[in-house]
Amino acid sequence: MESLTNRKKVVSDKPMTLWEKIYLPAIISGMITTMRHMFRKRKTIKYPEEVREFAPVYRGQHVLKRDEQGRENCTACGLCAVACPAEAITMTAEERKRGEEHLYREEKYAATYEINMLRCIFCGLCEEACPKEAIFLTDRLVPTYFERDNFTYGKDKLVESLDERIDITKRQHTGKRTQI
Amino acid sequence: MDTALLIEKSILVVLLFLVSLGAAAYMTYFERKLAAWIQDRVGPDRAGPFGILQPIADGVKMFLKEDFIPAKADKWLFIIGPGLAMFTALITSAVVPWGPKLHLFGRDIALQVADINIGILYVFGVISIGVYGIMIGGWASNNKYSLYGAIRASSQMISYELAMGVSAITIVLLSGSLSLNAIVESQKDVWNICYQPVAFLIFFICALAELNRAPFDLPECESELVGGYHTEYSSMKLGLYLFAEYTSMFVSSAIMAILFFGGYNFPGMSHFSGNTLAILGIAAFATKIFIFIFVIMWIRWTIPRFRFDQLMHLGWKSLLPLSLVNLLVTGLVIAFKNGWF
Repeated sequence: MESLTNRKKVVSDKPMTLWEKIYLPAIISGMITTMRHMFRKRKTIKYPEEVREFAPVYRGQHVLKRDEQGRENCTACGLCAVACPAEAITMTAEERKRGEEHLYREEKYAATYEINMLRCIFCGLCEEACPKEAIFLTDRLVPTYFERDNFTYGKDKLVESLDERIDITKRQHTGKRTQI
Repeated sequence: MDTALLIEKSILVVLLFLVSLGAAAYMTYFERKLAAWIQDRVGPDRAGPFGILQPIADGVKMFLKEDFIPAKADKWLFIIGPGLAMFTALITSAVVPWGPKLHLFGRDIALQVADINIGILYVFGVISIGVYGIMIGGWASNNKYSLYGAIRASSQMISYELAMGVSAITIVLLSGSLSLNAIVESQKDVWNICYQPVAFLIFFICALAELNRAPFDLPECESELVGGYHTEYSSMKLGLYLFAEYTSMFVSSAIMAILFFGGYNFPGMSHFSGNTLAILGIAAFATKIFIFIFVIMWIRWTIPRFRFDQLMHLGWKSLLPLSLVNLLVTGLVIAFKNGWF
């Protein structure tokens, strides 16, 4: 059979020659190899000081987007929850009252919106399912906690704040929404 | 014995104790760094600049761990084991001449705790006691892995001590004295390595085996015996075992430097005298020790462990006959030179 790699080596169990039995030549050649490695450039990235660059399509912690006027995009249609293979998303919908037009873009909004980060597999299907460009996965990491209940993220953690908008332009190539 | 001598020796003993412990502590750090470099990693660099406080952090960790004694263990032997290992590792350094005489406060201070005329025998005696620490600890743990480790340690040490002793005898033949001081003095011009490369090689290999260092680390052998003789040990008792290994590494590097590489002698030492010579001598000796330690660690991170039958084969069927032949040839050459034929 044709060999798959050029590194194939036929193994044999022939007795060692005297040269091999002395061990020393092999040991010295091994030591030269390790000595060469001693002066190689290290590939380590020292994490807290140095952060490895994220891929533009990295799927980390979710964000619930607001539109240009600061209104929440989410209309609580529930498509993300349906799409979610891990069943991590729950929400309750509510009707927008008069005088709340500056808070919510559509007539219906999510009164609560929770993602269980322990269930979430960060597949990004919620983002794909969303017709309103409301939910996106970002390059932020979900931190670890000692208690399980800390992992259920509500709207307080998911909705982006007005002053600190989350940049998701890298992931906005879905073509679902025409430029406004 | 006058008081000044007593004070001088006590200071030297305390200093030596601290130096060997400090050296052992920093050898753990250096070993980890070296392992990392060989494996293209960075190694410990978090505790202090470049991680130089790592040994202290390790020591504190060791002290804070739970000190556990297994229910079925022999309690007293279990406690004595690591102590004995550490004790034997430390007392070898007593006969090591660390440098030429220092002249301080109007006195000639010999940098050697005890210049006994049978220094090399003392070293070998202490090294043979060294196996007891491991054996007692392994046996007292009442654990099959520990026992295996202990048995391996003892059989390995007995096998390799022979070849080691025989190759040391050639040095004794050359210098005509058992005193380490005299052996160092006899190497003022030419180091013993030039006359006895084979003996050095045998001695070095046997020293690795005596130290239970890779490739002869079968007594602890993580991959088959969990932790070997110290499987059941925890806290500072384990720390003492690990520390003892590094301390004996330090001391045996010193012994190898004395026997084969001229101890504190260095090329061009006739240009210096007095305290300058003493300090340079100490520095030369320390450099030699460091190189030996480096090579021992380098070997550890390069080659895999021997199988036990290979180990025995090497010890009894290769090194011992080779060292005997070497001894015979050395003896004949010396006899011929002295005109005994």
